Amino acid sequence: MGWSLIRLWALLVYLFMFLPVAVVVLLSFNASQFGAFPMTGLSVRWFVELAQNEAILRAFRTSILLGTLTAGISTTLGVLASLALVRYRVPGSNLISTFLIAPILVPEVVLAVALLLFLNFMSINKSFTLLLFGHVIFTLPFVVLVVQARLVSIKRDIEEAAMSLGASPRQTFFEITLPLMLPAVLAGALFAFTISFDDITGTLFWKPGGVETVPTQIFAMLRNSISPEINALGTVMIVLTVGLPLLGAAIARQLARNRGG
Amino acid sequence: MSSVTLTDIVKRFEAFTAVHKTSLEIPDGAFVTLLGPSGCGKTTTLRMVAGLLDPTEGEILIKGRRVNDVPIHKRNLGLVFQNYALFPHKTIVENVAFGLKYRGVPKEEAKKRVQDALELVQLPGVGERYPKQLSGGQQQRIALARAIVIEPDVLLLDEPLSALDANLREDMRVELKRIQERIGVTTIFVTHDQSEALALSDQIVVMSAGRVEQVGPPEEVYNTPASEFVANFLGASNILPATCVGRDGDSLAFDAEIFGRIAVPAKKAPQVTSDGPAKLVLRAEKLLLTERDAPADGTVTVDATVETVDYQGQAVRYFVRAGEHQLQAINMIDEHPFAEGAPVSIRLRPRDCAALSA
Repeated sequence: MGWSLIRLWALLVYLFMFLPVAVVVLLSFNASQFGAFPMTGLSVRWFVELAQNEAILRAFRTSILLGTLTAGISTTLGVLASLALVRYRVPGSNLISTFLIAPILVPEVVLAVALLLFLNFMSINKSFTLLLFGHVIFTLPFVVLVVQARLVSIKRDIEEAAMSLGASPRQTFFEITLPLMLPAVLAGALFAFTISFDDITGTLFWKPGGVETVPTQIFAMLRNSISPEINALGTVMIVLTVGLPLLGAAIARQLARNRGG
Repeated sequence: MSSVTLTDIVKRFEAFTAVHKTSLEIPDGAFVTLLGPSGCGKTTTLRMVAGLLDPTEGEILIKGRRVNDVPIHKRNLGLVFQNYALFPHKTIVENVAFGLKYRGVPKEEAKKRVQDALELVQLPGVGERYPKQLSGGQQQRIALARAIVIEPDVLLLDEPLSALDANLREDMRVELKRIQERIGVTTIFVTHDQSEALALSDQIVVMSAGRVEQVGPPEEVYNTPASEFVANFLGASNILPATCVGRDGDSLAFDAEIFGRIAVPAKKAPQVTSDGPAKLVLRAEKLLLTERDAPADGTVTVDATVETVDYQGQAVRYFVRAGEHQLQAINMIDEHPFAEGAPVSIRLRPRDCAALSA
């Protein structure tokens, strides 16, 4: 009796969480102009229109470029920072660690406004580079957390063994350390990409005029009217942000299996 | 020619001195053990030879070459760790071949040398597996194969048997000795386990609190300890105050309260050079407990009472009270062990005693 109540409750929670998402996905295939039930028929016309909407395509390209660059820079910096913090004795490493993690503890609006004010103070104009800079700041903590955790679990002995056998520190990093922490590096990069791709708060504050990412584009479109194209765009974004990490996890599992894991 | 020479090595970590001024000569092909409790500086010494730590003072020579400023990857060493440290993402063959890659060994030859090394450690069939698929003992054999396949100048073993189960540890000990003798590589072995040290070594270096207490072959270290620390760390010993009262040919006469006068061979008391206070070292397994009325046959005999019995299967460790002293005695069991409270005699042959200066 108790268990079935718990099951029912859990089901309701899941419905509450995922029903709106499901509705968006469902309506994106609606043939009618108006997002209402019952649906008048199935169609992919909104996806076609989406693919022909120049503004959305431009936003899409911007988001992908921004996400990819953010992931690349964040991951590189994050791996280097983690290596320094875990493998070397850096003075004040605890403090540095806290500062690196701080951006996820500070509310994003506060961070966004702070950076904007700082840029004004320095009389620097908003630009794509600065937007990228902002995204790197708040994706970096995720990379550092994931990579650090992995690096701690890689025993120093293994690297020392490699060096004793004749590998230089650089060769040891590329032959031993990097392959062993690759799953964490990829996970960190995926995190960085999806967070950057999803972000709206910081982006709204930092983006220069004329540059739109997918979330800010949707936001702008919603202010005018509720177009079914938005449902289609939402569906595409769900597929990207859910599918990409799942794909990454699957690849990581495959790699692990090949290594006798 | 000595293979490894340490000259006045000191290692300090800020205010803490891990290794005090130490010099050591390790002959070519020798199996030398650094033995001591944790924190005695044995691993620090090994890591300095390996190049994983820089000595604060002093020189390290490997095959006559000063290596203080040579980084680890250019020292040509074989290193084996307690927790195997195999590369989990590489197959066994790739693990063993790792060092050959950096030595420009041609592929065909490398393949043969890897196979030879795997045969030497008696695991010829596991080449395509991954480390996780092997047991702990097998992984340690592979780690050993990986270290010796590069024909190192020195083989450094950092507690390689400590992570293994008791039975396996003894098998591996025999195996390790066989392999080392077969290839004749100079070996430095670090352990806190006295039986490993006694079984494997040509020379034992007993260390305590960053200092070398004694260097010598196992029998010498065991039978003629140079300090109280060595006497107690290798096996169980009783140390009694005594007075040296004179020399008689090859033996020294000691007065030891309850035991009366004991004539100890002079070579087992090298530190005692004059009459006066000294310390007698009586190994626990050399004190034989018997019934009170058994015949004495040329031994020193003292009456005592059993206080505690520590039963260990084939042997028993007794704590007995003789006068004001509590002594340890380890005896093989003949029928039944003595009960607690039993009146016994302690038998002791004078030639089994050793003496230290007070």
